[in-house]
Parts: sequence; C-alpha cells; structure tokens
Amino acid sequence: MTAAEIGRGLRAGKFTSIEVTRHFLERIDHAGKQLNAFITVTPERAMADAKRADARIARGEGGPLTGVPLAHKDIFCTEGVLTSCGSRMLSNFVSPYDATVVERLAVAGMVMLGKTNMDEFAMGSSNETSWYGPVRNPWDGSKVPGGSSGGSAAAVAARLAPVATGTDTGGSIRQPGALTGLTGFKPTYGRVSRYGMVAFASSLDQAGVLAQSAEDAALVLGLMAGHDARDSTSVAVPVPDYAAGLGRSMKGLRIGVIREFFGEGLEEGTGRAVRTALEGFSAMGATIVELSLPNLPLSVPTYYVVAPAECSSNLSRFDGVRFGHRCKDPRDLLDMYKRSRGEGFGAEVKRRIMTGTYVLSAGYYDAYYLKAQKVRSLINEDFRRAFSEVDVLMGPTTPTPAFAIGAKVDDPITMYLNDIYTIGANLAGLPAVSVPCGLVDGLPVGLQIIGPHFAEERLLAAAHAWQLMTDWHRRLPPLFA
Amino acid sequence: MSIEWETVIGLEIHAQLATRSKIFSGSSTAYGATPNVQANLVDLGYPGVLPVLNREAVRMAVRFGLAIGARIARRSIFARKNYFYPDLPKGYQISQYEQPIVEGGSVEIWLPDGARRIGITRAHLEEDAGKSLHEGLGKQSGIDLNRAGTPLLEIVSEPDMRSAREAIAYMKKIHTLVRYLEICDGNMQEGSFRCDANVSVRHKGRHEYGTRCEIKNLNSFRFVERAINYEVARQIEMLEGGGSVVQETRLFDSDRNETRPMRSKEEANDYRYFPDPDLLPLSLDEEFIEQIRSALPELPDQKAVRFAHDHGLSGYDAGVLTASRDLADYYEAVVALLGDEAKLAANWVMGDLSGFLNRDNLEIGQSPVGAKQLAGLLARIVDNTISGKIAKEVFEAMWEDRSDADAIIEAKGLRQITDTSAIERVITEVMTANPAQLADYRSGKDKLFGFFVGQVMKASGGKANPAQVNELLRKMLAG
Repeated sequence: MTAAEIGRGLRAGKFTSIEVTRHFLERIDHAGKQLNAFITVTPERAMADAKRADARIARGEGGPLTGVPLAHKDIFCTEGVLTSCGSRMLSNFVSPYDATVVERLAVAGMVMLGKTNMDEFAMGSSNETSWYGPVRNPWDGSKVPGGSSGGSAAAVAARLAPVATGTDTGGSIRQPGALTGLTGFKPTYGRVSRYGMVAFASSLDQAGVLAQSAEDAALVLGLMAGHDARDSTSVAVPVPDYAAGLGRSMKGLRIGVIREFFGEGLEEGTGRAVRTALEGFSAMGATIVELSLPNLPLSVPTYYVVAPAECSSNLSRFDGVRFGHRCKDPRDLLDMYKRSRGEGFGAEVKRRIMTGTYVLSAGYYDAYYLKAQKVRSLINEDFRRAFSEVDVLMGPTTPTPAFAIGAKVDDPITMYLNDIYTIGANLAGLPAVSVPCGLVDGLPVGLQIIGPHFAEERLLAAAHAWQLMTDWHRRLPPLFA
Repeated sequence: MSIEWETVIGLEIHAQLATRSKIFSGSSTAYGATPNVQANLVDLGYPGVLPVLNREAVRMAVRFGLAIGARIARRSIFARKNYFYPDLPKGYQISQYEQPIVEGGSVEIWLPDGARRIGITRAHLEEDAGKSLHEGLGKQSGIDLNRAGTPLLEIVSEPDMRSAREAIAYMKKIHTLVRYLEICDGNMQEGSFRCDANVSVRHKGRHEYGTRCEIKNLNSFRFVERAINYEVARQIEMLEGGGSVVQETRLFDSDRNETRPMRSKEEANDYRYFPDPDLLPLSLDEEFIEQIRSALPELPDQKAVRFAHDHGLSGYDAGVLTASRDLADYYEAVVALLGDEAKLAANWVMGDLSGFLNRDNLEIGQSPVGAKQLAGLLARIVDNTISGKIAKEVFEAMWEDRSDADAIIEAKGLRQITDTSAIERVITEVMTANPAQLADYRSGKDKLFGFFVGQVMKASGGKANPAQVNELLRKMLAG
C-alpha cells in the first residue's frame, strides 16, 4: 500500500495509525532484519506519534499523511534520537534538536519509525561505507541498494516503511531509487530547508523523498518544502499543491533526450528499458527531441573537486572537542585531533577530506577549485540552453542495475562513475526524479526526468502519467512480496 | 656611517560591532556572562546547523564605510577561513576575503606638525572565535564559546604610518569614529577594540618596503606604542648588526615590554579560503545604502570644523572637544545654555571638568556635574556674581555634593562683593594695617601694588570683585 492509500484508509476508518505503525514495526523486526536498512528503530516514539495521529484523525483533523509512518535517513537530526550519519564519528551523537524536515513532517502528523542506514556522511554510491555495515538490496541480497540513501531505499522497497526521506548530493536519492524500483525525488536546490541535515557538500545537498509512487512523492514533498528562515539558501518561492498538479496531460510536452547519456558505459538492458519508456511518453502525445549537453561529461570530475572541497571544511567541526567521537587519553591537542578523526572517519570520508583539502590549498586552488566552479557554470549554461528548447530532459538514472556488494569498493573511480547521469542536476541545482521503468535480470532500472528550477510539478506529473500506464512501480521484490 | 631609518606601519583594527545578537545566530553578545551560556547550537557548530546573517551588522559596516568615504560593495562574499583550534567550533571562521563589504577610504589624523591622511584598504565583516582558558583548571584547558560568533569589523589600513605616534593617532581616530557611529562601544579592556600592527623599517628614501612582522592582539593604546617602539628598535638593531628581519607573527609581552616570536611564515596556516556555500553573496541595493547615508550623524571632523568656525575655537581645542561624541554633546549643551561664551565653556570642559573626570576615572556620561549645572556655574562668572577663582571652589563643592552652583554660592556666602563702599572699607583697613608698605608704595615702589591686591582679596575672603579692587586700590593708594 502506498503512503497515500494508507492515508485514505486511515481517514476512512479502515484501520488506525497504531495498527499500521505496529505492522511496519513488525516488518522491520522480522522481514527486514537481514537488510540492515535501519540504524535506529524508535518503536516507543512511533507508537506515541501514532496515538496522537489517531486522536487527530478522530477529531477530523490532520492532512493526507497524518498517521502514516515514515523513516528518516540518519543524516537528519532528530531530537533525543541517535543521529549517526552512518559514521563512527557520530555513533554517540544524540541530537538536541530536530531538522526542519523532521519537524515539518512531524507537525503534519507523520509517524517516525526510525533512522535508516546510509553511506558514511552520505559519501558513497553503494551504502558500503557505513560504519554500521552495508545495506542489502531487497531484490537480491548479494547486491547493493545504491547510496548514499541506501537504507531508506531498501526500507521502502521491502515495505518496511511506506515512504522515507533521503538526501541527494550527487544522486543519493535517485540512484538508490533506481536500483530498488522506487520513485526517488530530488527537488530544486533551495526548495527544502537544509537546516538540521548534517552537511556533506552544502552547495549540492538537497533533501527529498524515496517513495512508492509519484503521488506519494508529491504529498511528502509538499509537506517538506518551503522557505525556512534558518537556512539562508532556502528559497522563498510559494509551494504549489503538488498532488493537485499530478493529472496534467503529457500531450505537447517537449522531452529532450540527452545524447551524452546513451554512450559508452550504458548497460544494454538499462538502455533498452529507458528507450521503451521514451516511446511510452511519445505515445502519450509528448514530442521527443534528441539534444546535446556538451559539458555534461565533465560533471563527474567537477563534482569530485567541488564536493570534497566543501566536505573537507564541513567535516572540520568533528574534532572531538564538543560532540562525537573522542579518542581515549589524548596526550595533547594535536594527538586528540589526529586520533579522534583518524578513528572516527572511514576510508572514503578520509579520501574525500584529503582530496578537498588538496584542491583548496594555496597553489592548487585556481587549477582545481576555481576551474571546477567555471566548468560548473558551463554545465549550468548547457542546461539553461536545453530548457529553452524542451520542458524536461530524460535519460537513464544509472548506467547499470545494482551491482554486487564488494564489487567496486576498492575502485573509487569506477564507483564514482555510477553517478555519471545524476551529478549534473546537483551541480545545476535542478529538480530530478527517477522512476522505475523495467527489470533487467530481475533487477530494477530507472528512468530519470530532469526539469528546470522549481518545475517539481511538471516532473511529478510526468512521473505520475508514466505510472498510470505502467506497473513497474507496483512490482515488489519477490522475497518481500 | 649612520643610516637614517624610516618606520612603516599598517594596522588591522578589530572593532566588535555593537549588535545585540551574534553575526550568524540569535544568541546574545553581552560581555561577562558565565562561560558557554551565550552559545547556542549555531555558535557551537553542531551538526546540521546553518548561519543566518545579522542585517544589523551589515548596516553597521556600511555606516563605517560611508563615514570614511569608502566604496560600499554592492555584492560581497563570505568565505571560510579553515583552521583547527578548540575555540573555533566549526573548524573555520566565516570572514570576507576576496570581496569585502567596504573598500578604499581614508581618515585624517592631526599631529603637531599638521594633518596627515591615512588610507584604509578595506573593512570586512567576520565572526569572532571563542576563548581558551588555561588557568585554574589544572592540566586541562577550558573553552568559553560566549564570544564565538560575535560580529567584528576588521579595518585594514594602508602602510601609511611612519611612527608609533602616528599609529596611535590613527587608532584613536578610528576609535572616536566607531563610537560616533555607535557601531562599537570601544571598550578596549573587554577586547571590543583591538589591533594587530604590521611593522617594518627601511632606509629613508627607499620605495620598497622592508620585511615586516605582525604583532598580534594589542588591546591598549599604550601597548601599541610600546610594542611598535620595541619592534622598530629590534629590527633596526638586527639590520645594523648585519642580520635580516624574518617575516613572522609576534606577540607583545606587556610585563617584559618586548615582542616575542609566535610563528614564522613557514609555520603559517594555509587557510584554504573559499566562498561559504551556506551564505548567499550579500547584495546591497542603493536604497538600503542611501537610507544609511541619510541617517549618518555629524562626524568628528565635521563637528570640529563647525566648532572652530562657529565658536571661534582653535583647531586644537575643537579636536579635543570632538574626540568623543559625549564630550562634544556636553560642551555644546553648556554653550547652548549659556547662550554664548564658547571659549569659557571650552576652557572649563577641557580644564577642570576633564581633570576631575580623569582623577576619578569617570566617563563624561557619569559626571556628577551635568552640562546644565556647569552652565549655571559659568553664568555666575559671566554676571560677576563670583570670580573665576571662586568658581573653582564652587565647582569642587558641586562635584562633591552634586548640588547647583547657586545653592553653594548662597550657602557658603561666596557671592562676590561688588558694593564700592564695602570694598573701599576693606581697602582702608588694609592701608591702615600696613603703613610701611603704603609709604614705600607712595615713594615709588610700584611693585607693591600686587601686595595690596592680595591683602584686599584675602581680607574679603576672596569675594571682592577683582576688577573693582584694582580700580579702587589704584585710586586710594595714590592718596
């Protein structure tokens, strides 16, 4: 059942939030154990939330998702609950406050089931960098669920939660969404407040949703979005009623197909599924044009300068002084810094901190950081030009379906190439969604739809139209059906 | 062979802006609270928190820029200065680097040999760090983050000063200015106003600068002077001894009156500045800037020119009276109440009043004798009720019991004697009591006139009107 369907059932009195919540807590406990999707489960809080939600529903109050459970990626600060960010560094960090996203969804009456596993500090594409161990893909336990929001993706795919929050810095919602058969929505940069979201790369990070359907994504996004005075980069653009806009016709929609996304490296089955989807849109009355974004292939190297640079600075606050991991018996200040950080961070995080420190250093700044910023504006310009011709861009979300756990761990470059199609939208701050468009050898693959800034409605309508004519999003992993 | 050396000094002044809350968070900036009670999650650099710029700090920086005739950047950028230190919670300081809010500008300083203009390269906004506490905690160090995030305006001068005295004059000028603008309380003991001095020496006549040393964290005018003088002497001695100056950061030890190396250029941090992605570029529109411009107060230089021109004061007096806005306001209030007599008011404000304030270590705002009271006293000099000398006695009494001049004059019977017959009576008594001196005077010893004036004043208890005494004495002594 989707989140929207649960909401309708609750308001129709078919079941209570307490019953629904208990159902999901049991699934997490039994069916979900082997997936390692959760870092923390919060049953007491969930039951208390559910009780309050039932009371609200009984009074005829609340909205479409009041009483509907959800899971939060462990990157969002949750008051009184461990907020580990998948890291040993924060494995003792109980947040004293709620992130804006957490607060808004709680105010709307959603029920928090717990906190999901993730790549350490959101750095990874396979959920293998977590201090809490890898997450398994519900479609095939030997495969990765994608990352960094791998726990959220696995949880929703296995129906341990009807919907979950995620964050997307280079594809961390869309890529796991594609690899687990979900609708993964990353809004426009600035659409959702970053306050209370542990920062990885501040100019790229954006909170979003991993959902079973476009409708669910629309409902949750509507509750999360909006200006927040505590985040200077959040934008004061009014939030439309996303759910109300879902029914738009695809007739006359101009779809641009990004030529660069169909070159070398795209696995055949994935490419075929995406092309079939494009034909589907064409059949709905959309026009398809192929176009080129010549600078887009530079997005991976650009990203791997910008993101590490920002992360090297953002992660400086984890020094063992005020919170987080502190080494035992430091000899002096330097020893405390070195060992606390040496012990607290994993290999991938260290790799990125070192890369970022290097590209910002005197003598290298111009050649790396500044140049990357210039390329970033070229990529922006490519997108801007494309959106003067078409309404949305489409292509694959990932080059391949889910890969085996351990297959790419020792090869960061190959791992980084997994985000080759998703990073562009982050660099340009654009909204993008991945929707399921087929199965390749029993593993889901995703169609990515990218829109201009604040075109969330258009993307959700396209995703919804696609889901009205297909049932890929209703397919369940056989083991969790 | 003796070489003539020239000193070159540039100052980086840190003025703590007088906002109620911090530059990127809502917590209070009040000084002296229990450690860490004025540090919220943003100040503590907790995971997930974000900075939000305090518009009041921006307004204050713009006020300063306009007051020194600088360019106000329509777009400025906040950057991160990255380094590790326990009192720097985020591991970086948010500051402005490549595009500061204020660029260019200058101030004029007054020296015995005339005025000099000192250029200001830039002024930028940044957050202060916390404090590390090393005393009273045994082997541990404490961190107080109350100060973390307090807004600072860093004012960077051109290397335009040529002596410690010029540096002090410049620093005092900026000190006066920030208080006039009400953007900084100027309290140096609490660290609200402090500076780093860049000092180098070169052969007089040379164009290129010598290697400089930066002396950190000087928080009194006296320390600035002593540190610069020590440093100049040290550098000259080193160069004359055939050595060379090493570029480094030094600390001034006020107890031993010397500067000591802190870190060399090689040990300097690579701060890895880059634009802070959590803050959008700061854009200022014309309307915002014009609003601030139109609300600027009269500045010290403008006020001094007006005092000199309208009140007929000397440039020096005008400069002294405008050194603080409160002092100038006090002086102006006295003049306004008196109606005229600016010179008399100026002498009293700069003389007795300032002397008593200094003696009791009081600010002008705390003076027991207010402007109205002082004007009341001076009015009695003007209308001849008391002499200037008696006025000093009255002033002292006013200072002690905070009462009005008239009440004291009445109570102590200090009213001046202007009745001719009464004065004549006293003169007659004095002449009778001093027959020998009288005879000498009349035989040509004119110098004894002063003796008789003194005797008459003494006999009248100082109350006789001196002008009348002079006139009547001359007449009566002549016989």
